[in-house]
Amino acid sequence: MTDFHAAAATADTPIEPALPEGWELVVGLEVHVELDTATKLFCGCANQFGSEPNTNVCPTCLGLPGSLPVMNGRAVELAMILGRALGCTVNRSVMARKNYFYPDMPKDFQTTQYDQPTNVDGRIVLGDGFVVGIERAHIEEDTGKSTHIGGGGRINDALYSLVDYNRAGVPLVEIVSRPDVRTIEHAKAYVEELREILIATGVSDARMEEGSMRVDANVSVRPFGSGELRTRCEIKNINSVRSLGRAIEFEAQRHIDLWTSGDAPHQETRHWDEEGGRTRSGRSKEDADDYRYFQEPDLVPLEPTDETIAAIDAAMPPLPSVRRTALTDATGADPDTVGLLVARGQDGLALDAIAEGVDPDKVVTRLVNDLAVDDWSRVTAPALAALVRMESAGDLSATQAKQVLGDLAEKGGDPAAHAAERGFEAMDTDELETLVDRLIAEHPDEWSRFTAGDDGDRKKMQGFFTGQIMKATQGQADGKAVAQILGRKASG
Amino acid sequence: MSAGAIAAAVRSGQRTAVDVLDEHLARISARDEEIHAFNLVTADEARAQAEAVDAAVAAGDDPGPLAGVPLALKDNMCTRGIPTTCSSKILEGWRPPYDATVVNRLRDAGAVVVGKTNLDEFAMGSSTENSAFGPTRNPLDPTRVPGGSSGGSAASVAAGFAPLAIGSDTGGSIRQPAAFCGIVGMKPTYGAVSRYGLIAFASSLDQIGPFATDVADAALMFDVIAGHDPLDSTSIADFAPQATASLDRGVDGLRVGVVRELSGGEGSVEGLSPDVVARTGEAVEALAAAGATISEVSVPSSTLGLSAYYLVAPAEASSNLARYDGVRYGLRVDAPTTGEMNTASRTAGFGAEVKRRIMLGTYALSAGYYDAFYGKALKVRTMMMRDFAAVYEQVDVLITPTAPTTAFPLGERTTDPMAMYVNDVCTIPSNLTGHPAISVPFGTGDDGLPVGVQVLAPALDDGLTFQVGAVLEAAAGGAR
Ligand SMILES: [Zn+2]
Repeated sequence: MTDFHAAAATADTPIEPALPEGWELVVGLEVHVELDTATKLFCGCANQFGSEPNTNVCPTCLGLPGSLPVMNGRAVELAMILGRALGCTVNRSVMARKNYFYPDMPKDFQTTQYDQPTNVDGRIVLGDGFVVGIERAHIEEDTGKSTHIGGGGRINDALYSLVDYNRAGVPLVEIVSRPDVRTIEHAKAYVEELREILIATGVSDARMEEGSMRVDANVSVRPFGSGELRTRCEIKNINSVRSLGRAIEFEAQRHIDLWTSGDAPHQETRHWDEEGGRTRSGRSKEDADDYRYFQEPDLVPLEPTDETIAAIDAAMPPLPSVRRTALTDATGADPDTVGLLVARGQDGLALDAIAEGVDPDKVVTRLVNDLAVDDWSRVTAPALAALVRMESAGDLSATQAKQVLGDLAEKGGDPAAHAAERGFEAMDTDELETLVDRLIAEHPDEWSRFTAGDDGDRKKMQGFFTGQIMKATQGQADGKAVAQILGRKASG
Repeated sequence: MSAGAIAAAVRSGQRTAVDVLDEHLARISARDEEIHAFNLVTADEARAQAEAVDAAVAAGDDPGPLAGVPLALKDNMCTRGIPTTCSSKILEGWRPPYDATVVNRLRDAGAVVVGKTNLDEFAMGSSTENSAFGPTRNPLDPTRVPGGSSGGSAASVAAGFAPLAIGSDTGGSIRQPAAFCGIVGMKPTYGAVSRYGLIAFASSLDQIGPFATDVADAALMFDVIAGHDPLDSTSIADFAPQATASLDRGVDGLRVGVVRELSGGEGSVEGLSPDVVARTGEAVEALAAAGATISEVSVPSSTLGLSAYYLVAPAEASSNLARYDGVRYGLRVDAPTTGEMNTASRTAGFGAEVKRRIMLGTYALSAGYYDAFYGKALKVRTMMMRDFAAVYEQVDVLITPTAPTTAFPLGERTTDPMAMYVNDVCTIPSNLTGHPAISVPFGTGDDGLPVGVQVLAPALDDGLTFQVGAVLEAAAGGAR
């Protein structure tokens, strides 16, 4: 097993807070994702992040009097693709109005779905086989964005507020899980798995940092094994998977403290304060508005035919779970490694390279260690296979292979050509032996510590000699070959 | 001079559009101070349009079927750069950045928009007395109301300010004022005319339609404004208007039903004036004389229409009118917090009837009341659809009075909302079902004021309403 496995596992292994004895966590997740469409949900304005404020707007997404919505067919299609990817039933659905006043909502109602959502009853199977039920995944429009100026940036203290309506009317799907999650680890795994499904299906770029994926967590606790559902709080403003874990942990502990002191949490929306590491009370849900939902009369029902659903199913790309199985079968790599490559989308490249008959371990090692770059589209499977073949044959050292792979990612082409251009030539064993002999002669003290010292000395000195050799060869020597020669000379 | 005659004269070069416009602007100057049909007369824009029409004729081009015809537009339809108020203080000064689809279609057909007409605020009313800018008077008797909510449009045609006008009809807002003003008014099948740019009152009921002095002119305009619009999702995909082609088909062999519950028959709604019932009966006889077969039919749920309407329409309105919050356009009354600013702006900007309906609708949709009110109203609506579908198995068209009475005096019903609402009892069913209906003048009441008779037809059979309307008009001694 190579180093990266341990390293990756350590960095990613969540520190699971043990809830105090006797308490169980209950979490439901509501995830909003922006659909990856060219235009907004009800008008022709660009669905684009980062434009100048109020430049992607028109009468419809500004909710001007007399304007009307026209449903974006691609958004509906993407929502249904996601529904099928989550194993949902795709139903005839209708849009509804959710009525409440808010300045960043141009019509003072949100067009969403209520009692007849597009997708119902699905599930996400996590890497360890744990199943989280999906209650629904419905289509709705996004709101604009308010910026509060002065008074610490809070709406009630602000001197004035500015509203950017570029985001108003951007198509969203809200994925509502059942309250099945019992651990922080599963909550995080759920969001990560959903994110991979969204990317794999092209439904959304699912970037939490840009807000194209937003996670709210409904958190409650209960005495272990009681089966009851106690008062929950909805945590908003969570902007990373890591924050999700922290927020749930804090909130669960807050609930437990309240219950154990004879008090009780009250149902409310709370906001995660990243710097403070705590949740803060928002608007209480008890006095929340009555949203007065009713069917949106300006839009017609969405009625997918059986043919539409069948076509979506037929065109469904392999989902991350299936891809992980395929890669595991082909490489035998551990779950973290497989998960990482699938998340990067490099599993297809790996499988294609392995299909050319090269060492699966080496393929995996090269990709995981040396291809952690945004754009690796120029690396073809034949080139990768050729690279691994050269490495296996000893034509390239590991260090050289890494550099050549970098060249492939940057420029594409053939690994032999890049190796030649860099002046990488296979250093034959004779040459290497001569060099080792010279270094032994130059450093007799170190050599005796290597041959006669304790394990610590031996290790240190192996590092010393390897370093010297690498320096002398400008990194072109094959580390494994060096170790072999050193070992042979010490014992011989 | 009819719209058809004006267009023919302008197209052939016998008259200029500018000349026609000047004649109508002169009439407006002479009498609109008294009538108050217009919120705004757009003389400059109209002149530019008329000149463009004349230039087209001079260049040998055809400016279209409504070439040079002056047209009055209800002030709830968006006109680019021209104030559009819905006769509400809350929209005072707002200039839409776009034109309604219907405005584009009319301009493309050569019509010349002379101004924006008065209405009950946000089209909520039956007398045009609910306007924030003062009432419109009936040109036939200025002590009487012109009906509503499209009272300004109806009055502008009746007063000769424009041969054509555009109205919107949510519960009778075209047909009832047409009846009161002695002209023709037609509500198309829901989805026949694009609502894009019509400021919504109740989206599932609103429909734009024509006012004209005769059925042929109404048909001419209908054929221009009807048709699919991709900007309105409820627009019918392949609607081909054929009103003008239907005019001369007569009623020989046509099966005409008289709706007992809406015509003073057994189990009828109350409040139908005897003279109105009598004129409706004479209209039916006229159709029989022209070869139609007559039968009395029953649509029991039609009597529930009024109650259902006054839940559905306010419910949708409470949501449609939420956007007037002082944040983006129109009236803003400043206050310490956003919520207080919303409330202050809406309190100052909306009139009493609008507030009443927003409250009604908010209540009808509220948790705990939805099923008893809005939910039940939807069921009645479904029931009416079924009942009307069943009756159209037996007959081709239906006849009812348009309004229970002739035009009533200004101020008579302003303090009694229920007395005002009852005006719509015969017109509301077509809005709830989405079916077309036309009101045609047929004689006068005991007070000498015009009576309107209504022809109802199944969805998409808009042509039938014109076809039967033309026969009624001829029998009444109308323009044709
Ligand atoms: Zn837009």
